[in-house]
Amino acid sequence: MGLMLQHVDKIVGREVHLKDIDLHFAPGSRNVILGRTLAGKTSLLRIMAGLDRPTQGRLLVDGRDVIGMSVRKRSLAMVYQQFINYPSLTIYDNIASPLKLAGLNKSEIDRRVRDTAAMLHIDDLLFRLPAELSGGQQQRTAIARALVKESQLLLLDEPLVNLDYKLREELRVELQQIFALRKATIVVYTTTEPAEALMLGGNIVIMDEGRVLQAGPTPEVFRHPATTRVAEIFSDPPINFIQGRAEAGQALLGPAIRLPFSSHMAHLPAGPYTFGVRCNHLSLQSTSPEAVAIGARVDLCEINGSETFIHVRYGDTRLVVQKTGVHHFKIGSSITVYVHPCHLFVYDAEGQLAAAPDHTGRA
Amino acid sequence: MKNRKRYIALAVYFVLLMLPIYWMLTMSLRTNADILSSFSYYPKNLTFTNYIKIFTDRAWYSGYINSLIYVTMNTVISLSFALPAAYAFSRFKFLGDGQMFFWLLTNRMAPAAVFLLPYFQLYSTVGLIDTHIAVALAHCLFNVPLAVWILEGFMSGIPREIDETAFIDGYSFPRFFITLFIPLIRAGVGVTAFFCFMFSWVELLFARTLTVTNAKPIVATMTRTISATGLDWGLMAAAGTLTIVPGALVIWFVRNHMAKGFALGRV
Repeated sequence: MGLMLQHVDKIVGREVHLKDIDLHFAPGSRNVILGRTLAGKTSLLRIMAGLDRPTQGRLLVDGRDVIGMSVRKRSLAMVYQQFINYPSLTIYDNIASPLKLAGLNKSEIDRRVRDTAAMLHIDDLLFRLPAELSGGQQQRTAIARALVKESQLLLLDEPLVNLDYKLREELRVELQQIFALRKATIVVYTTTEPAEALMLGGNIVIMDEGRVLQAGPTPEVFRHPATTRVAEIFSDPPINFIQGRAEAGQALLGPAIRLPFSSHMAHLPAGPYTFGVRCNHLSLQSTSPEAVAIGARVDLCEINGSETFIHVRYGDTRLVVQKTGVHHFKIGSSITVYVHPCHLFVYDAEGQLAAAPDHTGRA
Repeated sequence: MKNRKRYIALAVYFVLLMLPIYWMLTMSLRTNADILSSFSYYPKNLTFTNYIKIFTDRAWYSGYINSLIYVTMNTVISLSFALPAAYAFSRFKFLGDGQMFFWLLTNRMAPAAVFLLPYFQLYSTVGLIDTHIAVALAHCLFNVPLAVWILEGFMSGIPREIDETAFIDGYSFPRFFITLFIPLIRAGVGVTAFFCFMFSWVELLFARTLTVTNAKPIVATMTRTISATGLDWGLMAAAGTLTIVPGALVIWFVRNHMAKGFALGRV
């Protein structure tokens, strides 16, 4: 049951916005759609909402095809990236409007509006107009209006992207708690940020250029990104790739580095491979005797909050190393980067995952 | 110093603007003999006979009533057609929408006289001559395109997501349009109503040709003040002064929205 998309295509003019989407969302599931901008996340959400018609394909709710069914008759709520409220209505009336239209009695409406407003901490702003509120409060109102309906489907299209960093963190945590309370609702949440997707958990759908690249439980997909593109999208900063070969129980990274196979690579046949390693698994200190040193040159030093991203160059390969704390490295200076073979993702010549690091028994 | 210069320039401009209006006002407060015999900057023998005549003579005051009736009718008709039309232009893509939008404007490019004869004959045939609705409908030819043009600008400023959210919330289209959407473009509706009102109020050609006596507007009455004794200057000036009043009132009500209307660049 739940919501099912079958072979959904969306073509506008000559541009393909969505291509052959097959997805299933179970009732009560938390789903994150992760993709860069223009990946088709919003197009997909709009089709699920019934705001756009797919060019082809079926959309089933509890087994019933709902394409062509009026948006008003569906049980759904949507939160946009922009802060969308009715400017001429007070916060109270904004939140109450879906309930009023559903024909609920006054005391029930009042109870639910106040409960939802309290949950989103806007209960002291109920009689103001949206224009008098800050961006964060406006988005809270929009979320409250979406939640108060208790609809079957809740769609959130990058709801936090227009908020500043602090508010985003705050609301992200609150949203997780709120979603947990909605046992029957299918939540679909789009984002461009891998960190946000990991935090929300549940299931994930990785999209790129209108296609679904991989779908599954979020930790599972994070640990086994099926293709190089998925690995790129699902890590921030993007995962590092080093071209190399595998032969006789050894991996060759770039021209000169040899390292022994880690246990997860044991089955690899010889041939050309792409090795991927997330930037937090590259370090500047050798952590174990198996770690292999890569001699590189510093290109750039990027300080991001309490972390430093060191962009280095090894031959023609660019790598990013993540290091906790604020550090400075002279541009052009030599640096030694260590990588442990047990952290390597291995992709074959077609970009398909051949081996992923073993996660049993480690965090 | 700069400010002072600006004030002086503005004052000069203001005086130049107000001069004819002041002159008309003083003329309306003098007798014909006084107007024709001597030159003075202000009325020496103040008289209200001109105004009294307008307010008591049915031929005069009915002109104002007729004008107000068809102007109001026209404003209501123009808005009720232009609001949905403008919504369609701002929200939907359809075959030839751009061309159609431009075609609306071309209606304003042709001189009114072009349409006069066909209108006259058409209305004679269907028996609409000398009715208020005849003039109101004729003025729609110019006011509906203008209204669509202005309103479309205002509507396009409202994010489409508001419409979608309303439909998701369960609003029916008419309910959404009337209770949520129109309040959002209040300023635009006000500005549009003002333009329809003003255009219809001052329009002379259609109003005079399509009416005889029953719906004769004040602008037509004013042009017919010649009697055996010659032109009645004082009376005409009084009628002119009174004609300014409704327009001034309407401007007063929409003054805060006007700037926004102009800023949207469609007016």
